[in-house]
Amino acid sequence: MPQISRGFHGRRSEASSDRLPPGQHLVDDFPVLSAGPTPHTPLAEWTFTIEGGAEPASWTWEEFQALPSEEITTDIHCVTKWSKLDTAWRGVSLDTLLALVEHDADYLLAFCDGGYTTNLPLEHVTDGKAWIAYDYDGEPLEPEHGGPARMLVPHLYFWKSAKWIRGFRLQDEDEPGFWESNGYHILGDPWLEQRYWGD
Amino acid sequence: MTGALEETPRVRTLLLDAEGWPGHRPGQHLDVRLTAEDGYQAERSYSIASAPGEPLSITVERLEDGEVSPYLVDEAREGDGFEVRGPIGGYFVWEDDGRPVFLVGGGSGVVPLMAMIRSSPGSTPIRLLYSSRTLEDVIYREELDARAGHGLEVFHTLTREQPSGWTGYSRRIDNDLLREIAWPASDDPQVFVCGSTRFVDAAADGLVALGYDPLSIKTERFGATGG
Repeated sequence: MPQISRGFHGRRSEASSDRLPPGQHLVDDFPVLSAGPTPHTPLAEWTFTIEGGAEPASWTWEEFQALPSEEITTDIHCVTKWSKLDTAWRGVSLDTLLALVEHDADYLLAFCDGGYTTNLPLEHVTDGKAWIAYDYDGEPLEPEHGGPARMLVPHLYFWKSAKWIRGFRLQDEDEPGFWESNGYHILGDPWLEQRYWGD
Repeated sequence: MTGALEETPRVRTLLLDAEGWPGHRPGQHLDVRLTAEDGYQAERSYSIASAPGEPLSITVERLEDGEVSPYLVDEAREGDGFEVRGPIGGYFVWEDDGRPVFLVGGGSGVVPLMAMIRSSPGSTPIRLLYSSRTLEDVIYREELDARAGHGLEVFHTLTREQPSGWTGYSRRIDNDLLREIAWPASDDPQVFVCGSTRFVDAAADGLVALGYDPLSIKTERFGATGG
């Protein structure tokens, strides 16, 4: 039984509690969490690359925009304990991208402008679970929120939804990325409260 | 909780005696979990203010629409208990390697930077650029005054209101201000920037414009997370 905090009553949000993973609270704004300065890569220099397949695959910004895209409305959960409901995105499904690459990998390591990386098992990014998103709320994604494009893996803590993504490498092993090497959980399922090493 | 210090009208330091605390590194944070009588819980993260080896403390700013911070600033008192977990984080952490250090803090963003200052042996040159709204909002003012001079230089800027005779800076952080205070990029400094998103982006973008390697700039952004 946890210790009772004398005089603490809390500000419970009665609504939507079944959509709130343990230890999370709702916000209406969109907080920003990033390691380091915000990169500003011109779209003319932007490419998206998938390494580690039979052939490397790469798209320019225009080519990427021409890929079939989907609208996604989803709840997001940050490991710093805020959650935001019904966020609206547009992006390209990883199912679409991976169908264009011949491979037999089990994991990916996403890489980004600014040097950030994050690792994901492919079973957590396929079958409609992950996208490369470039619109938020009907507008081009702003740099502070990861624009021009970021990963969107809403069923995991939001650090897995890497900002400023430029591609990923397909690999056989689960290689810890940036936060995963800095004390954060290797997978990060918010419903299991997998925040840190040892959770 | 073993004691408290009123730092400013909105900010309080809480001294903690955490059983089994394994020690921490300057810049890390911890999680606080409060539990109401009916079992309802709320969790937030707070930067550790104390140096390793000192009695553990956190410094908390009251957010007016917050859930946990008003309790910690206004309600909790000596002898009260709550759960803490930590230390957490391996990125926004200072390892003293002798390179000069540039610390940039906005408001309560100074807290993890203070843990670094408190843990400095004094042999590594440190500059702190600290932005507050008014003189009354400056956290750790007397301690910073006392520590300045021993390898530490402190530069205050007050963005909203300045007392008469104020000799510090009087504006939001901009590139000119950074150019005057920051170590030259060629000195290869370690940089830690902590504050609101807007503050951190202004400081980090300015330092990149001054020629700093983006990877040398470690940032911690406080969103308005309703803490």
